[in-house]
Amino acid sequence: MPATVAAAGRAPLLAVHSLVKSFGGIRAVDGASLEIPAGSITGLIGPNGAGKSTLFGMVAGFLKPDSGTVLLDGADVTGLPPHRLFARGLVRTFQIPATFDRMTVRDNLMVVPAGQSGESVWRAWVQWGRVQTEDAAIRARADEVLAFLSLDHVCEEYAGNLSGGQKKLLELGRTMMTEPRLVLLDEPGAGVNPTLMAKLREHIRTLNRERGYTICIVEHDMDLIASLCDQVIVMAEGKVLARGSMDEVRANAEVRAAYLGGVRDSST
Amino acid sequence: MMEHVGASLIYLLDPFVLAFAGIYAVMALGLNVQWGYTGQFNIGVAGFFAAGAYTSAILTTAPTDNHLGGFALPIVIGLAGAVVVSGLLALLIGLITIRLREDYLAIATIGLAEIIRLTLKNEDWLSNGTRGVFAIPHPFQGMPADERNLAYFVLVAVVVVGLYLLLERARRAPWGRALRALRERESAALAAGKNVDRFRLEAFVLGSAVMGLGGGLYAHFAGFISPEVFEPMFGTFIIWVMLIVGGAGNGKGAILGAFVIWWLYTFTTGLISLAPVKYATQLGALRVMLVGAVLIAILLWRPDGLLPESRDVGGKRK
Repeated sequence: MPATVAAAGRAPLLAVHSLVKSFGGIRAVDGASLEIPAGSITGLIGPNGAGKSTLFGMVAGFLKPDSGTVLLDGADVTGLPPHRLFARGLVRTFQIPATFDRMTVRDNLMVVPAGQSGESVWRAWVQWGRVQTEDAAIRARADEVLAFLSLDHVCEEYAGNLSGGQKKLLELGRTMMTEPRLVLLDEPGAGVNPTLMAKLREHIRTLNRERGYTICIVEHDMDLIASLCDQVIVMAEGKVLARGSMDEVRANAEVRAAYLGGVRDSST
Repeated sequence: MMEHVGASLIYLLDPFVLAFAGIYAVMALGLNVQWGYTGQFNIGVAGFFAAGAYTSAILTTAPTDNHLGGFALPIVIGLAGAVVVSGLLALLIGLITIRLREDYLAIATIGLAEIIRLTLKNEDWLSNGTRGVFAIPHPFQGMPADERNLAYFVLVAVVVVGLYLLLERARRAPWGRALRALRERESAALAAGKNVDRFRLEAFVLGSAVMGLGGGLYAHFAGFISPEVFEPMFGTFIIWVMLIVGGAGNGKGAILGAFVIWWLYTFTTGLISLAPVKYATQLGALRVMLVGAVLIAILLWRPDGLLPESRDVGGKRK
Protein backbone atom coordinates (compact mmCIF):
# COMPACT_ATOMS: atom_id res chain seq x y z
CA MET A 1 0.00 0.00 0.00
CA PRO A 2 1.48 3.39 -0.96
CA ALA A 3 2.45 5.53 1.99
CA THR A 4 2.03 8.97 0.52
CA VAL A 5 0.44 9.63 -2.79
CA ALA A 6 -0.17 12.78 -4.70
CA ALA A 7 -3.78 12.88 -5.71
CA ALA A 8 -3.40 14.11 -9.22
CA GLY A 9 -2.60 12.09 -12.27
CA ARG A 10 -3.51 8.64 -10.95
CA ALA A 11 -6.14 6.18 -12.04
CA PRO A 12 -9.29 6.69 -10.00
CA LEU A 13 -9.81 4.22 -7.16
CA LEU A 14 -13.53 4.82 -7.32
CA ALA A 15 -15.45 5.81 -10.45
CA VAL A 16 -19.19 6.37 -10.35
CA HIS A 17 -21.08 6.71 -13.63
CA SER A 18 -24.59 8.14 -14.00
CA LEU A 19 -25.89 6.70 -10.75
CA VAL A 20 -29.64 7.03 -10.21
CA LYS A 21 -31.75 6.23 -7.16
CA SER A 22 -35.37 7.18 -6.59
CA PHE A 23 -37.46 6.93 -3.44
CA GLY A 24 -41.09 7.15 -4.42
CA GLY A 25 -41.33 10.20 -6.66
CA ILE A 26 -38.07 11.73 -5.50
CA ARG A 27 -34.91 11.18 -7.49
CA ALA A 28 -32.49 11.38 -4.57
CA VAL A 29 -29.54 10.74 -6.84
CA ASP A 30 -30.17 11.75 -10.41
CA GLY A 31 -27.36 10.71 -12.70
CA ALA A 32 -24.37 11.52 -10.56
CA SER A 33 -20.89 10.79 -11.91
CA LEU A 34 -17.65 11.30 -10.05
CA GLU A 35 -14.14 9.98 -9.60
CA ILE A 36 -12.00 9.63 -6.52
CA PRO A 37 -8.26 9.39 -7.17
CA ALA A 38 -6.30 6.80 -5.21
CA GLY A 39 -4.55 8.31 -2.20
CA SER A 40 -6.67 11.44 -2.10
CA ILE A 41 -8.94 12.96 0.48
CA THR A 42 -12.08 14.01 -1.33
CA GLY A 43 -14.76 16.18 0.20
CA LEU A 44 -18.34 15.63 -0.86
CA ILE A 45 -20.46 18.64 0.00
CA GLY A 46 -23.83 20.04 -0.85
CA PRO A 47 -27.03 21.28 0.79
CA ASN A 48 -29.28 18.94 2.73
CA GLY A 49 -31.12 16.58 0.42
CA ALA A 50 -28.44 16.83 -2.27
CA GLY A 51 -28.15 13.02 -2.33
CA LYS A 52 -24.76 12.66 -0.67
CA SER A 53 -25.72 10.00 1.84
CA THR A 54 -27.76 8.13 -0.74
CA LEU A 55 -24.74 8.12 -3.03
CA PHE A 56 -22.63 6.76 -0.15
CA GLY A 57 -25.23 4.10 0.49
CA MET A 58 -25.12 2.93 -3.11
CA VAL A 59 -21.34 2.94 -3.32
CA ALA A 60 -21.08 0.90 -0.10
CA GLY A 61 -23.73 -1.60 -1.22
CA PHE A 62 -26.43 -0.59 1.27
CA LEU A 63 -28.75 0.64 -1.46
CA LYS A 64 -29.20 -0.84 -4.91
CA PRO A 65 -28.91 1.78 -7.64
CA ASP A 66 -31.79 2.02 -10.14
CA SER A 67 -29.20 2.49 -12.85
CA GLY A 68 -25.59 3.48 -13.34
CA THR A 69 -22.34 1.77 -12.43
CA VAL A 70 -19.82 1.80 -9.61
CA LEU A 71 -16.24 0.84 -10.43
CA LEU A 72 -13.82 0.09 -7.62
CA ASP A 73 -10.26 -0.03 -8.87
CA GLY A 74 -11.55 -0.67 -12.36
CA ALA A 75 -13.83 -3.59 -11.41
CA ASP A 76 -17.60 -3.30 -11.71
CA VAL A 77 -18.96 -3.66 -8.17
CA THR A 78 -22.44 -2.23 -8.78
CA GLY A 79 -25.02 -3.81 -6.48
CA LEU A 80 -22.62 -6.06 -4.56
CA PRO A 81 -23.67 -6.62 -0.92
CA PRO A 82 -21.78 -4.67 1.78
CA HIS A 83 -19.72 -7.62 3.01
CA ARG A 84 -18.35 -8.24 -0.48
CA LEU A 85 -17.38 -4.60 -0.86
CA PHE A 86 -15.81 -4.70 2.57
CA ALA A 87 -13.69 -7.63 1.41
CA ARG A 88 -12.54 -5.45 -1.48
CA GLY A 89 -11.38 -2.77 0.90
CA LEU A 90 -14.34 -0.42 1.01
CA VAL A 91 -15.40 0.70 4.49
CA ARG A 92 -17.99 3.26 5.53
CA THR A 93 -19.14 5.09 8.64
CA PHE A 94 -22.57 6.53 9.36
CA GLN A 95 -23.95 10.01 9.77
CA ILE A 96 -25.63 9.00 13.02
CA PRO A 97 -22.99 6.94 14.80
CA ALA A 98 -23.80 3.26 14.51
CA THR A 99 -22.13 1.48 17.39
CA PHE A 100 -22.86 -1.88 18.99
CA ASP A 101 -24.33 -0.36 22.13
CA ARG A 102 -24.46 -3.33 24.47
CA MET A 103 -20.94 -4.44 23.64
CA THR A 104 -17.75 -3.09 25.13
CA VAL A 105 -15.80 -0.49 23.20
CA ARG A 106 -13.06 -3.05 22.65
CA ASP A 107 -15.50 -5.67 21.38
CA ASN A 108 -16.88 -3.07 18.99
CA LEU A 109 -13.50 -3.09 17.31
CA MET A 110 -12.72 -6.79 17.70
CA VAL A 111 -15.77 -7.68 15.64
CA VAL A 112 -14.34 -6.10 12.54
CA PRO A 113 -11.40 -8.11 11.12
CA ALA A 114 -12.53 -10.38 8.31
CA GLY A 115 -11.87 -14.08 8.09
CA GLN A 116 -11.53 -14.79 11.82
CA SER A 117 -11.45 -18.57 12.14
CA GLY A 118 -13.54 -18.32 15.30
CA GLU A 119 -16.41 -16.98 13.22
CA SER A 120 -17.11 -20.63 12.47
CA VAL A 121 -18.93 -22.34 15.37
CA TRP A 122 -17.32 -25.60 14.43
CA ARG A 123 -13.80 -24.23 14.73
CA ALA A 124 -14.68 -22.58 18.01
CA TRP A 125 -15.53 -26.08 19.26
CA VAL A 126 -12.66 -28.09 17.82
CA GLN A 127 -9.83 -25.55 17.45
CA TRP A 128 -10.32 -23.40 20.52
CA GLY A 129 -6.58 -22.91 20.98
CA ARG A 130 -6.12 -21.48 17.54
CA VAL A 131 -9.18 -19.27 17.91
CA GLN A 132 -7.84 -17.88 21.16
CA THR A 133 -4.38 -17.20 19.76
CA GLU A 134 -5.92 -15.35 16.85
CA ASP A 135 -8.21 -13.44 19.15
CA ALA A 136 -5.29 -12.31 21.31
CA ALA A 137 -3.71 -10.74 18.23
CA ILE A 138 -6.97 -9.03 17.29
CA ARG A 139 -7.32 -7.79 20.84
CA ALA A 140 -3.82 -6.32 20.76
CA ARG A 141 -4.66 -4.55 17.54
CA ALA A 142 -7.89 -3.19 19.00
CA ASP A 143 -5.97 -1.85 21.97
CA GLU A 144 -3.52 -0.10 19.66
CA VAL A 145 -6.37 1.55 17.79
CA LEU A 146 -8.02 2.57 21.07
CA ALA A 147 -4.77 4.12 22.28
CA PHE A 148 -4.40 5.97 18.97
CA LEU A 149 -7.90 7.40 19.36
CA SER A 150 -7.42 8.09 23.11
CA LEU A 151 -10.31 5.80 23.89
CA ASP A 152 -8.22 3.33 25.88
CA HIS A 153 -9.60 4.58 29.20
CA VAL A 154 -13.11 3.53 28.20
CA CYS A 155 -12.23 0.23 26.53
CA GLU A 156 -14.33 -1.85 28.95
CA GLU A 157 -17.28 0.53 28.82
CA TYR A 158 -20.41 -0.29 26.85
CA ALA A 159 -20.27 1.63 23.58
CA GLY A 160 -23.81 2.87 24.23
CA ASN A 161 -22.51 4.89 27.18
CA LEU A 162 -20.02 6.91 25.12
CA SER A 163 -20.60 10.54 24.17
CA GLY A 164 -21.61 11.33 20.61
CA GLY A 165 -18.10 12.50 19.74
CA GLN A 166 -16.51 9.38 21.22
CA LYS A 167 -18.87 7.24 19.17
CA LYS A 168 -17.68 9.05 16.07
CA LEU A 169 -14.10 8.21 17.03
CA LEU A 170 -15.07 4.60 17.66
CA GLU A 171 -16.56 4.39 14.19
CA LEU A 172 -13.35 5.75 12.76
CA GLY A 173 -11.59 3.10 14.83
CA ARG A 174 -13.57 0.37 13.11
CA THR A 175 -12.07 1.39 9.79
CA MET A 176 -8.63 0.97 11.35
CA MET A 177 -9.26 -2.66 12.29
CA THR A 178 -8.92 -3.68 8.67
CA GLU A 179 -6.76 -2.62 5.73
CA PRO A 180 -9.22 -0.46 3.84
CA ARG A 181 -8.40 1.13 0.53
CA LEU A 182 -11.36 3.45 0.41
CA VAL A 183 -13.02 4.88 3.49
CA LEU A 184 -16.33 6.71 3.23
CA LEU A 185 -16.89 8.99 6.21
CA ASP A 186 -20.45 10.28 6.53
CA GLU A 187 -20.31 13.51 8.54
CA PRO A 188 -17.50 12.49 10.89
CA GLY A 189 -17.61 15.92 12.52
CA ALA A 190 -21.33 16.16 13.27
CA GLY A 191 -21.91 16.74 16.97
CA VAL A 192 -18.21 16.73 17.79
CA ASN A 193 -16.86 19.48 20.07
CA PRO A 194 -14.01 21.72 18.80
CA THR A 195 -11.25 20.00 20.81
CA LEU A 196 -12.29 16.55 19.63
CA MET A 197 -12.72 17.94 16.14
CA ALA A 198 -9.08 18.99 15.97
CA LYS A 199 -8.12 15.51 17.04
CA LEU A 200 -10.44 13.92 14.53
CA ARG A 201 -8.90 16.02 11.77
CA GLU A 202 -5.41 14.89 12.74
CA HIS A 203 -6.53 11.26 12.83
CA ILE A 204 -8.04 11.47 9.37
CA ARG A 205 -4.91 13.10 8.02
CA THR A 206 -2.69 10.46 9.61
CA LEU A 207 -4.78 7.64 8.16
CA ASN A 208 -4.41 9.17 4.71
CA ARG A 209 -0.73 10.11 4.84
CA GLU A 210 0.71 7.27 6.87
CA ARG A 211 -1.58 4.39 6.13
CA GLY A 212 -2.46 5.31 2.59
CA TYR A 213 -6.23 5.24 3.00
CA THR A 214 -8.13 6.94 0.22
CA ILE A 215 -10.83 8.90 1.99
CA CYS A 216 -14.10 10.48 0.94
CA ILE A 217 -15.81 12.73 3.46
CA VAL A 218 -19.36 13.98 3.47
CA GLU A 219 -19.37 16.99 5.76
CA HIS A 220 -21.10 20.28 6.42
CA ASP A 221 -18.18 21.73 8.36
CA MET A 222 -16.39 23.68 5.64
CA ASP A 223 -13.31 24.28 7.78
CA LEU A 224 -12.80 20.57 8.11
CA ILE A 225 -13.26 20.09 4.37
CA ALA A 226 -10.97 23.01 3.50
CA SER A 227 -8.20 21.86 5.79
CA LEU A 228 -8.23 18.22 4.76
CA CYS A 229 -9.39 17.76 1.20
CA ASP A 230 -7.35 17.61 -2.00
CA GLN A 231 -10.47 17.95 -4.07
CA VAL A 232 -14.05 18.89 -3.35
CA ILE A 233 -17.11 17.62 -5.17
CA VAL A 234 -20.32 19.58 -4.83
CA MET A 235 -23.69 17.90 -5.21
CA ALA A 236 -27.11 19.47 -5.46
CA GLU A 237 -30.47 17.92 -6.30
CA GLY A 238 -28.94 14.53 -6.97
CA LYS A 239 -26.38 15.74 -9.46
CA VAL A 240 -22.73 16.69 -9.34
CA LEU A 241 -22.57 20.42 -9.68
CA ALA A 242 -18.87 21.19 -9.51
CA ARG A 243 -15.51 19.71 -8.76
CA GLY A 244 -12.16 21.25 -7.90
CA SER A 245 -10.15 22.69 -5.04
CA MET A 246 -12.02 24.29 -2.15
CA ASP A 247 -11.17 27.76 -3.49
CA GLU A 248 -12.41 26.87 -6.96
CA VAL A 249 -15.76 25.57 -5.81
CA ARG A 250 -16.15 28.47 -3.39
CA ALA A 251 -15.82 30.83 -6.31
CA ASN A 252 -18.33 28.89 -8.40
CA ALA A 253 -21.53 30.85 -8.84
CA GLU A 254 -23.74 27.79 -9.27
CA VAL A 255 -22.44 26.37 -6.02
CA ARG A 256 -23.25 29.59 -4.21
CA ALA A 257 -26.70 29.58 -5.68
CA ALA A 258 -27.27 25.97 -4.63
CA TYR A 259 -26.35 26.75 -1.04
CA LEU A 260 -28.50 29.85 -0.97
CA GLY A 261 -31.41 27.98 -2.55
CA GLY A 262 -32.78 27.87 -6.08
CA VAL A 263 -30.23 26.18 -8.30
CA ARG A 264 -31.95 26.75 -11.57
CA ASP A 265 -32.47 30.49 -11.47
CA SER A 266 -28.85 31.21 -10.67
CA SER A 267 -28.50 34.90 -10.04
CA THR A 268 -25.47 35.53 -12.24
CA MET B 1 -51.10 -26.67 56.10
CA MET B 2 -47.38 -26.31 56.84
CA GLU B 3 -46.62 -29.94 56.23
CA HIS B 4 -48.42 -29.66 52.95
CA VAL B 5 -46.15 -26.78 51.95
CA GLY B 6 -43.18 -28.75 53.19
CA ALA B 7 -44.20 -31.77 51.15
CA SER B 8 -44.59 -29.53 48.09
CA LEU B 9 -41.12 -28.15 48.65
CA ILE B 10 -39.56 -31.58 48.98
CA TYR B 11 -41.37 -32.67 45.85
CA LEU B 12 -39.45 -29.95 43.97
CA LEU B 13 -36.32 -32.05 44.39
CA ASP B 14 -37.99 -35.17 43.04
CA PRO B 15 -36.03 -36.44 40.00
CA PHE B 16 -39.28 -36.49 38.03
CA VAL B 17 -39.66 -32.71 38.46
CA LEU B 18 -35.95 -32.05 38.01
CA ALA B 19 -35.81 -34.03 34.76
CA PHE B 20 -38.63 -31.97 33.26
CA ALA B 21 -36.97 -28.77 34.42
CA GLY B 22 -33.75 -29.96 32.77
CA ILE B 23 -35.54 -30.69 29.51
CA TYR B 24 -36.98 -27.18 29.59
CA ALA B 25 -33.47 -25.90 30.27
CA VAL B 26 -32.36 -27.50 26.99
CA MET B 27 -35.16 -25.66 25.20
CA ALA B 28 -34.25 -22.38 26.91
CA LEU B 29 -30.60 -22.81 25.91
CA GLY B 30 -31.70 -23.24 22.29
CA LEU B 31 -33.87 -20.15 22.45
CA ASN B 32 -31.00 -18.26 24.05
CA VAL B 33 -28.88 -18.75 20.93
CA GLN B 34 -31.63 -17.15 18.86
CA TRP B 35 -32.96 -14.44 21.13
CA GLY B 36 -30.15 -13.92 23.63
CA TYR B 37 -27.22 -14.02 21.23
CA THR B 38 -28.81 -12.86 17.99
CA GLY B 39 -32.05 -11.05 18.82
CA GLN B 40 -34.19 -13.38 16.72
CA PHE B 41 -37.79 -13.27 17.86
CA ASN B 42 -38.75 -16.91 17.36
CA ILE B 43 -42.14 -17.56 18.92
CA GLY B 44 -42.49 -20.86 17.14
CA VAL B 45 -40.36 -22.80 19.63
CA ALA B 46 -43.13 -25.40 19.90
CA GLY B 47 -42.71 -26.30 16.22
CA PHE B 48 -39.09 -27.37 16.69
CA PHE B 49 -39.92 -28.94 20.04
CA ALA B 50 -42.61 -31.04 18.32
CA ALA B 51 -40.44 -31.88 15.32
CA GLY B 52 -37.75 -33.23 17.63
CA ALA B 53 -40.14 -35.13 19.86
CA TYR B 54 -42.03 -36.81 17.00
CA THR B 55 -38.87 -37.60 15.05
CA SER B 56 -37.24 -39.36 17.98
CA ALA B 57 -40.49 -41.12 18.88
CA ILE B 58 -41.12 -42.40 15.35
CA LEU B 59 -37.53 -43.54 14.92
CA THR B 60 -37.43 -45.51 18.17
CA THR B 61 -40.89 -47.03 18.72
CA ALA B 62 -41.63 -50.61 17.69
CA PRO B 63 -43.27 -51.05 14.26
CA THR B 64 -46.95 -50.17 14.41
CA ASP B 65 -49.94 -49.44 12.16
CA ASN B 66 -50.79 -46.36 14.19
CA HIS B 67 -48.25 -44.02 12.64
CA LEU B 68 -45.22 -43.84 10.41
CA GLY B 69 -42.67 -46.50 11.41
CA GLY B 70 -41.82 -47.14 14.12
CA PHE B 71 -38.35 -48.01 13.16
CA ALA B 72 -37.24 -49.51 16.49
CA LEU B 73 -33.88 -47.74 16.28
CA PRO B 74 -31.71 -47.07 19.35
CA ILE B 75 -32.62 -43.97 21.36
CA VAL B 76 -29.28 -42.32 20.54
CA ILE B 77 -30.18 -42.50 16.86
CA GLY B 78 -33.61 -41.11 17.65
CA LEU B 79 -32.13 -38.11 19.44
CA ALA B 80 -29.62 -37.52 16.64
CA GLY B 81 -32.52 -37.68 14.19
CA ALA B 82 -34.40 -35.12 16.29
CA VAL B 83 -31.46 -32.73 16.07
CA VAL B 84 -31.06 -33.23 12.33
CA VAL B 85 -34.75 -32.91 11.44
CA SER B 86 -35.27 -29.78 13.57
CA GLY B 87 -32.09 -28.29 12.14
CA LEU B 88 -33.13 -29.00 8.56
CA LEU B 89 -36.60 -27.63 9.23
CA ALA B 90 -34.99 -24.45 10.59
CA LEU B 91 -32.72 -24.25 7.56
CA LEU B 92 -35.69 -24.49 5.21
CA ILE B 93 -37.70 -21.88 7.11
CA GLY B 94 -34.62 -19.76 7.65
CA LEU B 95 -33.84 -19.56 3.96
CA ILE B 96 -37.30 -18.11 3.40
CA THR B 97 -37.64 -15.84 6.44
CA ILE B 98 -34.12 -14.85 7.45
CA ARG B 99 -34.31 -11.41 5.93
CA LEU B 100 -37.50 -10.60 7.81
CA ARG B 101 -37.33 -8.00 10.51
CA GLU B 102 -37.77 -9.39 13.99
CA ASP B 103 -41.47 -8.69 14.37
CA TYR B 104 -42.24 -10.29 11.02
CA LEU B 105 -40.09 -13.27 11.95
CA ALA B 106 -42.25 -13.62 15.05
CA ILE B 107 -45.43 -13.82 13.00
CA ALA B 108 -43.87 -16.25 10.54
CA THR B 109 -42.58 -18.56 13.24
CA ILE B 110 -45.78 -18.68 15.27
CA GLY B 111 -47.66 -19.54 12.09
CA LEU B 112 -45.16 -22.23 11.31
CA ALA B 113 -45.40 -23.82 14.76
CA GLU B 114 -49.17 -23.98 14.38
CA ILE B 115 -48.84 -25.55 10.93
CA ILE B 116 -46.61 -28.23 12.39
CA ARG B 117 -48.94 -28.88 15.30
CA LEU B 118 -52.03 -29.05 13.12
CA THR B 119 -50.26 -31.33 10.64
CA LEU B 120 -49.38 -33.68 13.47
CA LYS B 121 -52.96 -33.48 14.67
CA ASN B 122 -54.49 -34.31 11.30
CA GLU B 123 -52.06 -36.57 9.45
CA ASP B 124 -52.89 -39.89 11.09
CA TRP B 125 -50.50 -41.91 8.92
CA LEU B 126 -47.62 -39.80 10.18
CA SER B 127 -48.37 -39.14 13.80
CA ASN B 128 -51.56 -40.99 14.78
CA GLY B 129 -53.37 -37.64 15.00
CA THR B 130 -54.87 -36.56 18.32
CA ARG B 131 -54.35 -40.03 19.78
CA GLY B 132 -50.62 -39.35 19.75
CA VAL B 133 -47.60 -41.59 19.81
CA PHE B 134 -47.27 -43.89 22.79
CA ALA B 135 -44.98 -46.61 24.09
CA ILE B 136 -41.97 -44.45 23.29
CA PRO B 137 -38.99 -46.36 24.73
CA HIS B 138 -37.28 -45.12 27.88
CA PRO B 139 -33.51 -45.60 28.04
CA PHE B 140 -33.72 -47.02 31.57
CA GLN B 141 -36.82 -49.12 30.96
CA GLY B 142 -36.10 -51.98 33.37
CA MET B 143 -35.56 -49.92 36.51
CA PRO B 144 -38.08 -49.15 39.27
CA ALA B 145 -39.81 -45.82 38.74
CA ASP B 146 -37.79 -43.76 41.23
CA GLU B 147 -34.42 -44.94 40.01
CA ARG B 148 -35.50 -44.63 36.42
CA ASN B 149 -36.41 -40.99 36.94
CA LEU B 150 -33.18 -40.32 38.77
CA ALA B 151 -31.12 -41.96 36.03
CA TYR B 152 -32.97 -39.91 33.41
CA PHE B 153 -32.39 -36.73 35.36
CA VAL B 154 -28.67 -37.51 35.43
CA LEU B 155 -28.75 -38.05 31.66
CA VAL B 156 -30.56 -34.73 31.14
CA ALA B 157 -28.16 -32.96 33.49
CA VAL B 158 -25.20 -34.25 31.49
CA VAL B 159 -26.81 -33.00 28.28
CA VAL B 160 -27.56 -29.60 29.82
CA VAL B 161 -24.02 -29.15 31.11
CA GLY B 162 -22.50 -30.32 27.82
CA LEU B 163 -24.74 -28.00 25.80
CA TYR B 164 -24.01 -25.13 28.12
CA LEU B 165 -20.27 -25.57 27.63
CA LEU B 166 -20.54 -25.83 23.85
CA LEU B 167 -22.87 -22.86 23.49
CA GLU B 168 -20.90 -20.75 25.94
CA ARG B 169 -17.74 -21.34 23.96
CA ALA B 170 -19.54 -20.41 20.76
CA ARG B 171 -20.72 -17.24 22.48
CA ARG B 172 -17.26 -16.27 23.64
CA ALA B 173 -15.81 -16.98 20.21
CA PRO B 174 -15.78 -14.43 17.39
CA TRP B 175 -18.92 -16.21 16.17
CA GLY B 176 -20.88 -15.08 19.23
CA ARG B 177 -19.36 -11.63 18.97
CA ALA B 178 -20.56 -11.26 15.40
CA LEU B 179 -24.05 -12.40 16.46
CA ARG B 180 -24.15 -9.78 19.21
CA ALA B 181 -23.01 -7.17 16.73
CA LEU B 182 -25.84 -7.90 14.33
CA ARG B 183 -28.27 -8.06 17.25
CA GLU B 184 -27.15 -4.60 18.36
CA ARG B 185 -27.12 -2.92 14.96
CA GLU B 186 -27.45 -4.66 11.67
CA SER B 187 -26.31 -1.69 9.56
CA ALA B 188 -23.07 -1.44 11.49
CA ALA B 189 -22.50 -5.20 11.29
CA LEU B 190 -22.89 -4.90 7.52
CA ALA B 191 -20.44 -2.00 7.48
CA ALA B 192 -18.05 -4.16 9.49
CA GLY B 193 -18.13 -6.59 6.58
CA LYS B 194 -20.17 -9.32 8.26
CA ASN B 195 -22.28 -11.62 6.15
CA VAL B 196 -25.31 -10.96 8.29
CA ASP B 197 -27.60 -13.45 6.54
CA ARG B 198 -25.15 -16.29 7.05
CA PHE B 199 -24.75 -15.60 10.77
CA ARG B 200 -28.49 -15.30 11.23
CA LEU B 201 -29.16 -18.56 9.50
CA GLU B 202 -26.51 -20.36 11.55
CA ALA B 203 -27.93 -19.08 14.83
CA PHE B 204 -31.46 -19.99 13.80
CA VAL B 205 -30.47 -23.52 12.76
CA LEU B 206 -28.26 -24.17 15.80
CA GLY B 207 -30.88 -22.89 18.25
CA SER B 208 -33.64 -24.90 16.61
CA ALA B 209 -31.53 -28.06 16.52
CA VAL B 210 -31.02 -27.71 20.28
CA MET B 211 -34.79 -27.32 20.71
CA GLY B 212 -35.21 -30.50 18.68
CA LEU B 213 -32.90 -32.31 21.08
CA GLY B 214 -35.05 -31.02 23.94
CA GLY B 215 -38.10 -32.42 22.16
CA GLY B 216 -36.45 -35.83 21.80
CA LEU B 217 -35.52 -35.87 25.48
CA TYR B 218 -39.10 -34.97 26.36
CA ALA B 219 -40.53 -37.80 24.26
CA HIS B 220 -38.40 -40.51 25.83
CA PHE B 221 -39.07 -39.29 29.35
CA ALA B 222 -42.80 -38.78 29.00
CA GLY B 223 -43.25 -41.98 26.97
CA PHE B 224 -46.26 -40.43 25.26
CA ILE B 225 -46.68 -37.35 23.07
CA SER B 226 -49.68 -35.81 21.38
CA PRO B 227 -50.24 -32.50 19.58
CA GLU B 228 -51.68 -31.02 22.80
CA VAL B 229 -48.23 -30.98 24.37
CA PHE B 230 -47.08 -28.52 21.73
CA GLU B 231 -49.74 -25.86 22.12
CA PRO B 232 -48.27 -22.36 22.34
CA MET B 233 -48.60 -22.00 26.12
CA PHE B 234 -46.34 -24.88 27.12
CA GLY B 235 -44.55 -25.36 23.85
CA THR B 236 -43.38 -21.79 23.38
CA PHE B 237 -44.38 -19.16 25.90
CA ILE B 238 -43.28 -20.84 29.10
CA ILE B 239 -39.85 -21.27 27.52
CA TRP B 240 -39.74 -17.57 26.69
CA VAL B 241 -40.68 -16.76 30.29
CA MET B 242 -37.88 -19.03 31.50
CA LEU B 243 -35.32 -17.28 29.33
CA ILE B 244 -36.45 -13.74 30.17
CA VAL B 245 -36.68 -14.46 33.89
CA GLY B 246 -33.33 -16.25 33.95
CA GLY B 247 -31.51 -13.71 31.79
CA ALA B 248 -31.37 -13.60 28.01
CA GLY B 249 -27.85 -13.83 26.65
CA ASN B 250 -26.62 -15.78 29.66
CA GLY B 251 -26.59 -19.59 29.43
CA LYS B 252 -26.59 -20.00 33.21
CA GLY B 253 -29.54 -17.66 33.32
CA ALA B 254 -31.44 -19.78 30.81
CA ILE B 255 -30.89 -22.89 32.94
CA LEU B 256 -31.75 -21.10 36.19
CA GLY B 257 -34.88 -19.63 34.62
CA ALA B 258 -36.04 -23.06 33.48
CA PHE B 259 -35.74 -24.46 36.99
CA VAL B 260 -37.24 -21.44 38.74
CA ILE B 261 -40.32 -21.33 36.53
CA TRP B 262 -40.83 -25.07 36.45
CA TRP B 263 -40.47 -25.20 40.23
CA LEU B 264 -42.90 -22.37 40.66
CA TYR B 265 -45.38 -24.09 38.42
CA THR B 266 -44.95 -27.45 40.13
CA PHE B 267 -45.00 -25.99 43.63
CA THR B 268 -48.36 -24.38 43.02
CA THR B 269 -49.76 -27.77 41.97
CA GLY B 270 -49.08 -28.90 45.51
CA LEU B 271 -50.71 -25.81 46.99
CA ILE B 272 -53.82 -26.17 44.91
CA SER B 273 -54.49 -29.55 46.42
CA LEU B 274 -55.11 -27.63 49.67
CA ALA B 275 -58.12 -25.87 48.23
CA PRO B 276 -61.60 -27.37 47.95
CA VAL B 277 -61.98 -29.57 44.88
CA LYS B 278 -64.71 -27.41 43.35
CA TYR B 279 -62.19 -24.58 42.80
CA ALA B 280 -59.59 -26.82 41.14
CA THR B 281 -60.21 -25.60 37.58
CA GLN B 282 -60.12 -21.93 38.47
CA LEU B 283 -56.98 -22.40 40.51
CA GLY B 284 -55.36 -24.20 37.60
CA ALA B 285 -55.77 -21.04 35.54
CA LEU B 286 -54.42 -19.06 38.46
CA ARG B 287 -51.13 -20.94 38.20
CA VAL B 288 -50.59 -19.68 34.69
CA MET B 289 -51.43 -16.18 35.91
CA LEU B 290 -48.82 -16.55 38.61
CA VAL B 291 -46.18 -17.33 35.96
CA GLY B 292 -47.32 -14.20 34.13
CA ALA B 293 -47.08 -12.15 37.32
CA VAL B 294 -43.51 -13.32 37.88
CA LEU B 295 -42.66 -12.34 34.32
CA ILE B 296 -44.08 -8.85 34.83
CA ALA B 297 -42.25 -8.44 38.14
CA ILE B 298 -38.97 -9.41 36.51
CA LEU B 299 -39.54 -7.07 33.57
CA LEU B 300 -40.24 -4.22 35.97
CA TRP B 301 -37.50 -4.74 38.52
CA ARG B 302 -34.86 -6.88 36.83
CA PRO B 303 -35.36 -6.37 33.11
CA ASP B 304 -32.10 -8.14 32.28
CA GLY B 305 -33.21 -11.22 34.22
CA LEU B 306 -31.85 -12.92 37.32
CA LEU B 307 -28.44 -13.44 35.68
CA PRO B 308 -27.86 -10.69 33.09
CA GLU B 309 -25.63 -11.09 30.07
CA SER B 310 -21.97 -10.64 31.02
CA ARG B 311 -20.26 -7.72 29.36
CA ASP B 312 -16.63 -8.73 29.45
CA VAL B 313 -16.53 -11.16 26.59
CA GLY B 314 -13.52 -10.02 24.60
CA GLY B 315 -12.52 -7.71 27.41
CA LYS B 316 -11.32 -10.33 29.82
CA ARG B 317 -8.66 -12.83 29.01
CA LYS B 318 -7.07 -15.01 31.56
